[in-house]
Amino acid sequence: MDRPAATLIRPRAGAPVRVKPRATPRYTGPALVLTGGVIALYALFFLWPGVLGLLYSFTSYHGYGPLHFIGLENYTSLATDPTFYAALGRTFIYTVFSVPLGYVLSLTMAVALTNATAKGKSAARVIFFLPWLVSPIVTGVIWRWLFGENFGFVNFIIGQLGGHPAPWATNANLSLLVVIFASAWAGAAFNMLLFISALRNVPVSLYEAAQLDGANAWQRFARITIPAIRPTSLLVILLLTMGQMKEFALIQALNNGGPGTQNQLIVQYIYTTGFAKSQVGYASAASMVLLVILMAIALVQIAISRRSES
Amino acid sequence: MTTATQLSRTGEQSATRATLSRRRSSATRAIPATTMLWVLAILMAFPLLWFLLSSFKGGGELFSYPLSFLPRKWTVDGYVRAWARVDFLRYFSNTLVVATITTALTVFFCATAGYALAKYRARWLSVLSLFVLSMTMLPGEVILNPTFSVVLHLHLYNNLFGVILPSILTPTGVFMFRQFFVSVPDELLDAARIDGSSELSTFFRIMVPLARPIMLTLAIISFQWRWNDYIFPLIILNDPQKFTLQIALRSLIGAQNIDWAILLAASVISMVPLMVLYLVFQRYITSSDIGTGLRD
Repeated sequence: MDRPAATLIRPRAGAPVRVKPRATPRYTGPALVLTGGVIALYALFFLWPGVLGLLYSFTSYHGYGPLHFIGLENYTSLATDPTFYAALGRTFIYTVFSVPLGYVLSLTMAVALTNATAKGKSAARVIFFLPWLVSPIVTGVIWRWLFGENFGFVNFIIGQLGGHPAPWATNANLSLLVVIFASAWAGAAFNMLLFISALRNVPVSLYEAAQLDGANAWQRFARITIPAIRPTSLLVILLLTMGQMKEFALIQALNNGGPGTQNQLIVQYIYTTGFAKSQVGYASAASMVLLVILMAIALVQIAISRRSES
Repeated sequence: MTTATQLSRTGEQSATRATLSRRRSSATRAIPATTMLWVLAILMAFPLLWFLLSSFKGGGELFSYPLSFLPRKWTVDGYVRAWARVDFLRYFSNTLVVATITTALTVFFCATAGYALAKYRARWLSVLSLFVLSMTMLPGEVILNPTFSVVLHLHLYNNLFGVILPSILTPTGVFMFRQFFVSVPDELLDAARIDGSSELSTFFRIMVPLARPIMLTLAIISFQWRWNDYIFPLIILNDPQKFTLQIALRSLIGAQNIDWAILLAASVISMVPLMVLYLVFQRYITSSDIGTGLRD
């Protein structure tokens, strides 16, 4: 696993394990010149907003005038804010359902593309990749159109089959389901690439031996493939989870957090609070809480993958 | 002699028979896998195809039962109205400026930093590497107001550079290059040093040409990200003259009564440049091994 992504699971790989004798301070100058741009960008657009956000979260800042510090008041209000909990809870539900679907879809696509006997793989690969090009906004429009309540294709088919048209836009759970489908569709291609290279690295001899022992295709998949691609699986789940927790553009275009505010996810809550209502301090506190949650999720998953490796 | 010939002939015959039956069985074996592949392909293509075909239906046909897969009467009326309603040339050029400049800077800064992280050893460099990595766990998109304040402080509010600068640095890009340069043998660098080449000229003259495929891959991926970006343009651009394509599309959706004929056509138009780019360069993205670990 000497891939860029692997560093995400094992940040230790980035640190020098042993200092080579050639390591000399002679090259500090060139190294500084080469990394200067990234250091400046990191400081300006990551560190500064981060520190500012932490600072704002202890104030009642509304976007102008001096900062007025109010201690932990924003955090204590958040702890009892039902809208915040609703958004956070909805985000968790969305993540819990969309991550497995995205995982299964991208793995199935990768398995289908790496199958030795399947025909038309290069054409299928181009098709599988098309949704990746579609922006989250247009993805939202496409799925909103497909699942339209009155003249959508899906309800038309349900009607033809003798069923009752489903309230895809007016029922909060069904509406979230459409968002889950759309995000799996849009995000599958990239994770598929990760799975394809993992699948190619599984030794063919394992499959041949299993076949000789009479294992069927499903047994070979469950007993050989799944354990062999475990590190990649963990990475894909981590990336999917982080991505779903900050979903914003797709849902804005698909149902705008509706019906009403029932499908408002956490980033939209932060956006509405911070910009539409100008409660900058309060929104920043919500951002900080979200960052802590994201970091906790990432650290737990990294710990799991470390344990499974050792 | 005769026995030997007979034997060898039987051998040949049975070999031919074996090849034939193998070929036949491989054809039958291909059926389930091929079916699964193409069912998936149809499932993935269908939403796009339905959307594209709908955009050629007239306003009346969009909302009349029964629906038909192919338009009964093909029309480009939606496209004509979308082109008249949305100032596409302006939004295309704004988006093109943002995506091109950001991509060029992303490739440049990620290549230089990735190289330094791969080829020089120092404590501060490993700290930097961890800092860049932390960006994947702490995504900047969730701290909206502070980023807005920073852009405001830098006098870049409502300026395309206010969208460009915050999105240049991507941890994915830095680690793609770091990983690539780790695989370049140190001997090459040592040889260049012995020949008296300075560190920077070694980088630009030897390492950059080697990294060309990675540069192209990151360039295509970054261009797609920036073309489709939504949240930073949304908070940083205020003047409709400066909007990018995605923000302009969003204003069509935000309307009380969506004019679907216009929205369908406008969405299709917005995708054309990326689709063309993808069909030209698709092997650089879909060739799986470079795809590992890419995600913003």
